[in-house]
Amino acid sequence: MEQLENAIELKNVTKRFGKVIANDSVYLTVKKGEILSILGENGSGKTTLMNMLSGIYFPDEGHILVEGKEVTIQSPKDAFDLGIGMIHQHFKLVDVLTAAENIILGLPGKGALNMAQVEKDIKELTEKYGFDLNPAQKIYDMSVSQKQTVEIVKVLYRGANLLILDEPTAVLTPQEADKLFAVLRNMKNAGKSIIIITHKLQEVLALSDRVTVLRKGKYIGTVETSEATVESLTEMMVGGKVSLDIHRADPVDPECRLKIEDATCVNHEGLKILNHVSFEANSGEILGIAGIAGSGQKELLEAIAGLQHIRSGKISYYPQDGSTHTLSDMKASQIRNLGVHMSFVPEDRLGMGLVGKMDLTDNMMLRSYQEGSNPFLDRETPKNLAKEIVEKLDVVTPSISTPVGRLSGGNVQKVLVGREIASDPEVLMVAYPVRGLDINSSYTIYNLLNEQKEKGVALICVIEDLDVILELCDRILVMNNGHITGIRDARKTTKEEIGMLMTKNTEEEK
Amino acid sequence: MSVILVFLQKAIAQGVCMLFGASGEIMTEKSGNLNLGIPGIMYMGGIAGLMGAFFYEGAVENPSPVIGLIVSAICAILCAGLGGLIYSVLTVTLRANQNVVGLALTTFGVGFGNFFGGSVSKLAGGVGQISVATTASAYQAKVPLISEIPFIGPVLFSNGVLTYVAVALAISLAYFLKKTRTGLNLRAVGESPATADAAGINVNRYKYVATVLGAAIAGLGGLNFVMEYLGGTWTNDCIGDRGWLAIAIVIFAVWNPINVIWGSFLFGALSILYLYVPGLNRGSQELFKMLPYLVTILVLIFTSFRNKRETQPPASLGVAYFREER
Repeated sequence: MEQLENAIELKNVTKRFGKVIANDSVYLTVKKGEILSILGENGSGKTTLMNMLSGIYFPDEGHILVEGKEVTIQSPKDAFDLGIGMIHQHFKLVDVLTAAENIILGLPGKGALNMAQVEKDIKELTEKYGFDLNPAQKIYDMSVSQKQTVEIVKVLYRGANLLILDEPTAVLTPQEADKLFAVLRNMKNAGKSIIIITHKLQEVLALSDRVTVLRKGKYIGTVETSEATVESLTEMMVGGKVSLDIHRADPVDPECRLKIEDATCVNHEGLKILNHVSFEANSGEILGIAGIAGSGQKELLEAIAGLQHIRSGKISYYPQDGSTHTLSDMKASQIRNLGVHMSFVPEDRLGMGLVGKMDLTDNMMLRSYQEGSNPFLDRETPKNLAKEIVEKLDVVTPSISTPVGRLSGGNVQKVLVGREIASDPEVLMVAYPVRGLDINSSYTIYNLLNEQKEKGVALICVIEDLDVILELCDRILVMNNGHITGIRDARKTTKEEIGMLMTKNTEEEK
Repeated sequence: MSVILVFLQKAIAQGVCMLFGASGEIMTEKSGNLNLGIPGIMYMGGIAGLMGAFFYEGAVENPSPVIGLIVSAICAILCAGLGGLIYSVLTVTLRANQNVVGLALTTFGVGFGNFFGGSVSKLAGGVGQISVATTASAYQAKVPLISEIPFIGPVLFSNGVLTYVAVALAISLAYFLKKTRTGLNLRAVGESPATADAAGINVNRYKYVATVLGAAIAGLGGLNFVMEYLGGTWTNDCIGDRGWLAIAIVIFAVWNPINVIWGSFLFGALSILYLYVPGLNRGSQELFKMLPYLVTILVLIFTSFRNKRETQPPASLGVAYFREER
C-alpha cells in the first residue's frame, strides 16, 4: 500500500467568539482515502472547527494546509474551489425543484439547460458510489435520508475531494445509517477523504480509521480506531473530574411531586422521541437530566408542561395540599396554574418565553395578563415584579422599560428564570439555565435554583455540562435517543459513568 | 356573427395590457419580490411613452411613425424600469416591507401619470388636446395581407405590434424559467434565497434584475394601452384597475407564463362582457364587472384545495432576505 498523503492539515487553529474560546490551538490531519471521526460533547467546538474548513468562519490564529500547501479559506466558495464540501445538519435544498435541479443550482455552464444530460451525469456519479437516488424526483417527495443523499451528491458533483458530514446519522434510522456508511466506505475506497462529526461512539468504532477528540474547545488527541475502545474514547471525551464547588444541601423530607409512568411521545415523522419513560421528581431535590442534545430532554419537559401530547403513559402530580392531578389529560395553562412551571432557554435564548422587542414589564405581563376581572390591564404589579427581579438578581439593565432583546444573555436568563420563580411554583423545570453564561452569572443562577430547592420546590434541570450536573443535582437522569438509560445518585456516580450512559446504545437492548 | 367578431377583437385588445403586466409581475415574483407597485408602474410606462412621442413629434417637422414608436417604447421601458429600481432599492437593499412599498409605488405611479398627463395636455393646448396620432398609427398598424383573411384575420392578425410582442415575451419567459440555468437560479432565489446564496448565486443581483426587467415589461402594458387602445392620448386614471387585474391574473395563472396568455385574454373578455350581454341595466352591469375578480377567488380556492406544490406561490415571496438572519 502506498504512503497516504495528508489531504488537509490544521495547525494550531484558534477561534474566539468574544471572550469565549471555541477552538484553542487545535491540530488535525486527514489523509487521502480515510475516514476521520471528530468526537466530542456538545459545545466542544467540533462544528466550529469544521465551519472554518468550509469557509463559514475565519480562524483567528493558525494555519490550514490543503495537500501540503497553505491556504486561506474566506468563503464557502473558496472551500469549494479547494475541493472541500460540507454537509450541514440542516439541509439547504429547494423543495419544489428536483434533485438534479438542486444539484446544478448556481453552477456555471451553458445557458440552455439539458436536463437529460445532467440527469445522466448524476446517474453515473450515483452508480459509481452506490447511492440510491432518482435525479428527477422532487425534494418535497423525499425522506430525510434521500435529502441527505442529494446533499452529498451535490457536493460530489461539484468535485469535492474532502467531505465533511455534521452528525449525519442524527436524522437517520439505523438501516439508513448503515446504507450511508456503505456509501461512505465506497467513497473512501475511491480516494476521497471524509470527516464525520459525531458523538456516537458505536459509529466511530464501526466506520472511521482514526478519531480526533475535542473537549471544551481543546484538542485532546488523535488515536487509531483499531486501538480505541468505548471506555478509552469516553475518557478522552469527558475528561477527568473537575471540582466546581457548588453549594449543595441535602434534600429535606423529599416527597413525590411528579410521577411519570411509561410516557411515550411520537414526533410528526413517526419517530419515538420519548420511549416508555418512567421516573419521579421529589420536592426539595434537584433532578438533573443529562444527555446529548436532542435525546428527548426538551420533549420530556414539554410533555410535563402540557405542550407535547403523549401517546401513551401517565403523568401524575401530587401538590403539597395532598390532592392528585393527572397532568397528561390537562391543558398547558391549567398545568401552569397548578404550580408546575417551565423555563426553557433555547439556543437563541429568546425564542421561548420572552419577547425580545418587549420591555421587562411587558414580559412579566405575559404571565399575568389574564389575572383579575378588570377589563383594563394591571401594569403596576408586573412593574413592581420587574423591579424586584432587577434588584434581587442584579440584572444589568438601563431601566425596566428596556427591550429584553437588548440585554446580555446572562441578564436575559436571569429575567426568564426570575419570572418563573416569582410565582412560587411547586415544580420548576429549567432547560439549559446557564447556556452561554460566564462563570459569575452561572453561579447566580445556581444559587437561585438552590434557594428554590431549600424552599421545597421540586426542580428538574436539563444541563449540558457534566461537571455542573454532578455538582449541582441530587439525582441525575440520563437520556439517550428518547430512552432513560439510567438514574444515578449524583453524589456517588462518576463522570465516566454518566458519559457511558449518554452514549449507551439503546437499539441493541430490544 | 359580427358582434362576436368585435367582442373577440376587443377582448384581445383589452387583454394585451394585462398580459404585459402579468408577465412582468411573474418575472418579479419569481425572485421573491411581491411588487404591488405594478399598477402604478404601468401608468409610469404609459405616460413616459406618450411624452416621448409627444416631444419627438413636436420637435420634428415630418415625424416618422417608426421612429416615434422606437422613442416612445424606450421612454416607457426606462421610466417603468426606474419604478422597479425604486422598489428594489427600498425592499432589497433597505429591506423595507414589500407590501407597503408596493402600495406606495402604485399611488405614486398613478399620480405621476396624471400629473405629467395634465402637464403635457396643457402644453398641447388644453384638456384632451394631446394627440400623438403619427406614433399611435405605428402601434395600431395591422399585419398586412393576412389580416384580410375572413374571421381569423380580424381576430388574430388585426392587432398592433405590441400584441405579438406580449405573446412572444410570455412564451420566452416560460422557456427562460423552465429551460435555462439563469431561470433555474431565479426560481431558487424566490423559493429559498438562503439555499441559492449557499449555492453561490448572487441573490440581491437576481432580485434587482428580475424586478427592474419585470417592471419594464409591465411598463409596456401601459404604453400599449395609451398608444393602441386610446390611440395616443391621455385622460386621467385612464388605465384604471387593469394593473390590479394583471396581479390577479398572476394568481389565476398559478405563476405560469403560458397560462397568463390565455388568462389575460379571458380576463379581457370578462371585463367587457357587460357591454355585449343584452338587456343589462346599470346595476347588473356592475355585477358582470365583478367576474374577473370572482374567477380569481375561485382559482385561489381551487388551487389551495388541491394543494399541489407546483401551483403555490414562490415560497419566500414577500420576505426580505438577509444572510446573517437565521
